[in-house]
Amino acid sequence: MSSGTATRGGLVERAARRTVLFVAALGLAAVAWELYKAIGPEQGGDIFGWRIIPKTNDRVMPHVWEMLAEFGDPAIGSGDQKVWSVLLGYSWFTFRMALAGLVVGTAIGVGLAVFMARLRVVERGLLPYLVISQTIPLIALAPQVTVIRGTLGLPQWTSAVALAAFLSFFPITVSTLRGLQSVPKASLELMDSYAAGWWTTLVKLRFPSAIPYMVPGLKLAATAAVIGVIVTEITLGGLRGVGFATIDYSQKVTSQPASVYAAVFAAAALGLFMFGLVVLSEAFMMRNRPRETT
Amino acid sequence: MKTSGWISSLVPPLAFGLAFLGVWELIVAVFDIAPFTLPAPSAIWSAFIERFDQVLEETLVTGTNALIGFVLGIVVGSLTGLLTVRFGVVESLLTPLAVAVNAIPIVVIVPILNNMLFGTTSQVPRRLMVMLIVYFVVFVNVSKGLRQVSPTHLELMRSYAATPTEILYKVRVPNAMGYLFTAMRIAAPLAVITAFVAEYFGGVQNGLATGVRNSLNGSKDVTWAYVIGASALGLTFYLVSSGLERLHGGKQTSG
Amino acid sequence: MTETSEQTGQAPVDHAVEVVTASMVFNEGGSARVAALDAVDLVVEPGDFVSLIGPSGCGKSTLLRLIANLLDPTSGEVRVNGKSAAQARLDQDYGMAFQKSGLFDWRTVAKNIELPLELKGWDKRRRAVRVSEMLELVKLPDRGANMPWELSGGQQQRIAIARALASHPPLLLMDEPFGALDEMTREHMQSELLQICAATDTTVVFVTHSIPEAVYLSDRVVVMSAGPGRITDTIDVDLGGARDEETREDDAFYKKITEVREALRGSEMATGARGIEDR
Repeated sequence: MSSGTATRGGLVERAARRTVLFVAALGLAAVAWELYKAIGPEQGGDIFGWRIIPKTNDRVMPHVWEMLAEFGDPAIGSGDQKVWSVLLGYSWFTFRMALAGLVVGTAIGVGLAVFMARLRVVERGLLPYLVISQTIPLIALAPQVTVIRGTLGLPQWTSAVALAAFLSFFPITVSTLRGLQSVPKASLELMDSYAAGWWTTLVKLRFPSAIPYMVPGLKLAATAAVIGVIVTEITLGGLRGVGFATIDYSQKVTSQPASVYAAVFAAAALGLFMFGLVVLSEAFMMRNRPRETT
Repeated sequence: MKTSGWISSLVPPLAFGLAFLGVWELIVAVFDIAPFTLPAPSAIWSAFIERFDQVLEETLVTGTNALIGFVLGIVVGSLTGLLTVRFGVVESLLTPLAVAVNAIPIVVIVPILNNMLFGTTSQVPRRLMVMLIVYFVVFVNVSKGLRQVSPTHLELMRSYAATPTEILYKVRVPNAMGYLFTAMRIAAPLAVITAFVAEYFGGVQNGLATGVRNSLNGSKDVTWAYVIGASALGLTFYLVSSGLERLHGGKQTSG
Repeated sequence: MTETSEQTGQAPVDHAVEVVTASMVFNEGGSARVAALDAVDLVVEPGDFVSLIGPSGCGKSTLLRLIANLLDPTSGEVRVNGKSAAQARLDQDYGMAFQKSGLFDWRTVAKNIELPLELKGWDKRRRAVRVSEMLELVKLPDRGANMPWELSGGQQQRIAIARALASHPPLLLMDEPFGALDEMTREHMQSELLQICAATDTTVVFVTHSIPEAVYLSDRVVVMSAGPGRITDTIDVDLGGARDEETREDDAFYKKITEVREALRGSEMATGARGIEDR
């Protein structure tokens, strides 16, 4: 892999640098936000008769500091509890379901990948449908899933976990399959020379060899799991997680407009948190492997 | 030899598909499942045929929104990407932002943007939302492709005393094309989903999502008929972008 | 040439390797039919070091893979250690080393050497003992806990050889194991290999592109030609058992190299093939 910029410093330095840049980017976004708010039209505007200029009134576009301050304000309908505390509770709830969904999705994804790697026929037959399955909008699938769940008498959170698993299994399947199939021929010959069977070769060679390929899939799957749960919360109600908060607060928007944004930040933070967890486990799983320079 | 290759690629998917539909139909029949709970494939198919014109019309609405947003996102994303060649700081700032935006589910962004843009009388807000989502994907990939050029190539061009503009045209842009096509392949299904979600949360009462929403309380076979439309749309977008990527040079990076 | 059992009055000893009129044709009946090997005969006695040398396409790697039972011949027979090649593979009667060391990135050096022993079901203690023996043998006793990519190319190949010999197989099959190394390391590894084989009394079938390498290492050099793959000549190398750096300077060494080169040229001219190194 070649890059136009040389990599400077070690792992910690690079992580620190990226964090600083991230904060700077957020700061810049905040500045741009305020700037636009200052000069933009309160009720939105038109260009060539198309209403594409967003509104800038305080209800729809709160000031950045209002959004930040919101975290410390008491949340409506939650007594004295502050917004950040309420959101933390919601985030924890969503996180648990997303994690469960990710685990289930990974199990399914890996299982499918192994099945397809073993039997070419299954790969050719199944893969197109797996691709198609991902074109089904989740919002349309959620009610169907929940109706079935209700008929089966399962608790509400199973819908969320199922939909999270549905979104997360696919990137894992694709990346794991690729990894299982990208084993150097010489290593396969080596295992052959040991008269090792297919399953032994899978455990001792293909699977460890596939782990670097699985990591990008796992990253996608982690964020997908969070999205799956949030969509379920939003479309089905009854689950008190971060997704629920965005809907709940958007209905209270006249009295506390900034709270919606607080909920959105929480949702984004959760997504990034899951991503970060995967990065950590990547560092652990690949600790003994040669460093790839990208 | 060639024809048997064709057959071996078509038969397994067909077989699997038919088997799946068969089992589904059987389960609904055997367990006597109500259409409200889970419609049978035959019911879905007849609902689809019955409403075909309508589904087609809505598909075109959603599809147009997705397409316009898609194209705009590509254009603006690429142009901003070009900026990053000259002003590296743009990339360092926008990319983390792209990561943050990507972390927010579309279902959360859409209602907020809807509030900001209201536009209950036009499709424009939906197209803008698609553009926004597509923009970030394209921008990140194009700027990467323009900037991450092999040092050997750069050295070579410098030995030819090439100007930055020449380097741009002869080395950076060709290098970035592959990344652009990958971004398109990733963004295409996203564009359809964003258009769908944008419709779901209100505004003008047309598009596939509206059809889905209006049928949710009734028989699910109508819902699925619309889902077929959405799925077909998403698949078309994906296949076209994938095809373009293969035509261009085929090296599919997993993005 | 070895004496027959009748002459010495001893019990008959199986050939280490016996290839009987073996042919290997790829894509039989198709448009891309390739006759990789055509009616090849080869006998290797226990303790021999035999090199296979020839231009690209002469089938030397294919022949090695027939012996290893990684391929089945389209006709003819391959016997190893008195059994069919397939049985020999199931019984793990040989070890193999390739040009790319093929060590597993995610295992330590020690665990890499352990791999064939794990597959044979050895218990942990027995494996550990053997691993340290092998590390001693290839002169890398304190590298067990390192990762393969922390070692140089030459060291990695030594570990690959240690792995190949870990279960003390009677036969060692090597497919250009030193091809990716630089010249100095290569010569060094050749001496090491001879020492190791002498210490373990292993039979070796060695595929190479390099004439000096073939001559330095072998008791016999088998010269092959391409289109289709055949054995054209077998040259005995009588430079004695104890070869060292001095041997490389001997006149006899150079004469042998010339003899092999001419045999190759002869086979080349017959078929117009290319691809031998004179290094």
